[in-house]
Amino acid sequence: MVNIRRIGEEQRVRETSKDVAKGGAQQTPESNGMTVEDLSAFYGSFKAVTDVNMQIKRNKVTALIGPSGCGKSTYIRCLNRMHEVIPGAYAEGKVALDGQDIYAKGADPVNIRRRIGMVFQKPNPFSKSIYENVAWGAKINGYRGDMDELVERSLKQAALWDEVKDRLKESGYSLSGGQQQRLVIARTLAVEPEVILMDEPASALDPVSTQKIEDTMEDLKKKYTVVIVTHNMQQAARISDYTGFFYIENMGDPGRLWEFDETSKMFSNPDRKETEDYVTGRFG
Amino acid sequence: MSVQAGRGGERDPNLWRRNVRASKLRERGVTTLFAAFAYLSILTTFGIVLVLIFETINFFRQVPIFDYLFGTTWRPGFARAEFGVLPLIYGTLLTTAIAAAVALPIGLLAAIYLSEYAPTGLRRWLKPALEILAGVPTVVYGYFALTFLTPLLGNVFTGISTFNALSAGLIMGVMIIPTVASVSEDAIYAVPRGLREGGYALGATKREVATRIVVPAALSGIAASFVLGISRAVGETMIVAIAAGNLAQFGGPLESVQTMTAYIVAVSTGETAAGTITYQTIFVVGATLFVMTLILNILSIIFVRRFRETY
Ligand SMILES: Nc1ncnc2c1ncn2[C@@H]1O[C@H](COP(=O)(O)OP(=O)(O)OP(=O)(O)O)[C@@H](O)[C@H]1O
Ligand SMILES: [Mg+2]
Repeated sequence: MVNIRRIGEEQRVRETSKDVAKGGAQQTPESNGMTVEDLSAFYGSFKAVTDVNMQIKRNKVTALIGPSGCGKSTYIRCLNRMHEVIPGAYAEGKVALDGQDIYAKGADPVNIRRRIGMVFQKPNPFSKSIYENVAWGAKINGYRGDMDELVERSLKQAALWDEVKDRLKESGYSLSGGQQQRLVIARTLAVEPEVILMDEPASALDPVSTQKIEDTMEDLKKKYTVVIVTHNMQQAARISDYTGFFYIENMGDPGRLWEFDETSKMFSNPDRKETEDYVTGRFG
Repeated sequence: MSVQAGRGGERDPNLWRRNVRASKLRERGVTTLFAAFAYLSILTTFGIVLVLIFETINFFRQVPIFDYLFGTTWRPGFARAEFGVLPLIYGTLLTTAIAAAVALPIGLLAAIYLSEYAPTGLRRWLKPALEILAGVPTVVYGYFALTFLTPLLGNVFTGISTFNALSAGLIMGVMIIPTVASVSEDAIYAVPRGLREGGYALGATKREVATRIVVPAALSGIAASFVLGISRAVGETMIVAIAAGNLAQFGGPLESVQTMTAYIVAVSTGETAAGTITYQTIFVVGATLFVMTLILNILSIIFVRRFRETY
């Protein structure tokens, strides 16, 4: 249905956007974490994101920020081939996980998505019990170990266990929004991915739930590589090691990765004026 | 910011004059009209049920209810009349079972295909086409069963009767496929995209997402489509009256049977005088049919309550 196979076959236009990808990331060997090269994303004939280059470091939290509509969600969905699930949508460029291009011919999106999990903006628990929600992904991926143990461990990692341990048989929908989001995180952790992508996981949540999810994130980065889209500057500053700022200069242009660097630099003295204006709240 | 402030407060009363009295009157008139139609339809149904009950009570004054419910011979209108309804129930259940065996799986698979696999373009014209198919008059199906399918089946099953349950049941199945498929498809299509994406994000294949996330989430709608389909089969009249024969017996699928609906047709179109016991059987059998579909609906509600996965 989707023609994503154009990737890599077209000549690569390596222009200025390339040097945005530095941010100390270049010391890392390419085989560690994710490497994005000249990635563009389309909805039919509409180009939503263009020429992104980025090094996503292993066991670090990378935050993506930027004004609404600049392509953060589109971009993050390209990182595990979820973008192409939308009819007519496709991506061009290269995204490598530990040196392997996930868009290469013959790369299986199903397998890639198991290795690169995703938490969506809106909590989307399955219409199943809490237990089943967590166990489902592991089951379809042929997990042979102790399922009860896996479910418990995943729920504990997502800081949800204590709240649900006595009601595992109840529907995932019986939970509050913040609990549902942590349930979805637990579900993602249960398939033991290498990278976790989160698209505004706390946008609909109250401060307490947000705090819980942020605490979870601290733990997560010990084991996982995390990429998170957020509109909350404090959150980005607090939890991330690297920050990418997406921006559209002129109306109607596709979104670009405007600046990418260590979070401390991005929030203290970024190279570009737009970044500074944005992180200090002067526009947005 | 404050350029337009205050404009609302200064609005010119001469430019804004709503006719409050007229609009209130119109409001009341419309409400009454709608209410009248609502009550009319309720009263009509109520009236029909009353007649059914009334005639049924009359009937059971003459025939013991036990003989009716558990008797195995249906022979009204004869000198030694017998009123055991079981052969008619059997005929109805047999043709319905055959129809359900055809329509439920095919309808569900078609719905899954249409919603989850078919390209958008195909879905856009296949869905309305299906719904048009649901509007084909059943008398057409009936004659199709009798004049086309039965001879065809005769090639396979030698000794099949000209009027048989199999042919009628199969065609009835074909008739209700669009209903099942269309209603199921609505339910499956309505499952939020987020649930599917959640599945994909865990490394599920399309088939796993379709069969293990989407279909369970749409279960209540699918169950509704099944009940609707089965109810249509139970109540279907023309096809069975034409193609299934009119013998109230416990025949096999290759033999003639008589359904409750076909019996009602046979008696209503004959010259039975009003007030006779044979005449009353129409209402009793009708009431029985009514109760059966009612039970079916109640069962389905219980089923859906138990197994529903909400989203
Ligand atoms: N399904 C879609 N079909 C067509 N265009 C889309 C679709 N989804 C998003 N877009 C367009 O792509 C562009 C980028 O959208 P995207 O959702 O990636 O922005 P975003 O940065 O995530 O914004 P927000 O911060 O509001 O979530 C927008 O112009 C949007 O209108
Ligand atoms: Mg977004």
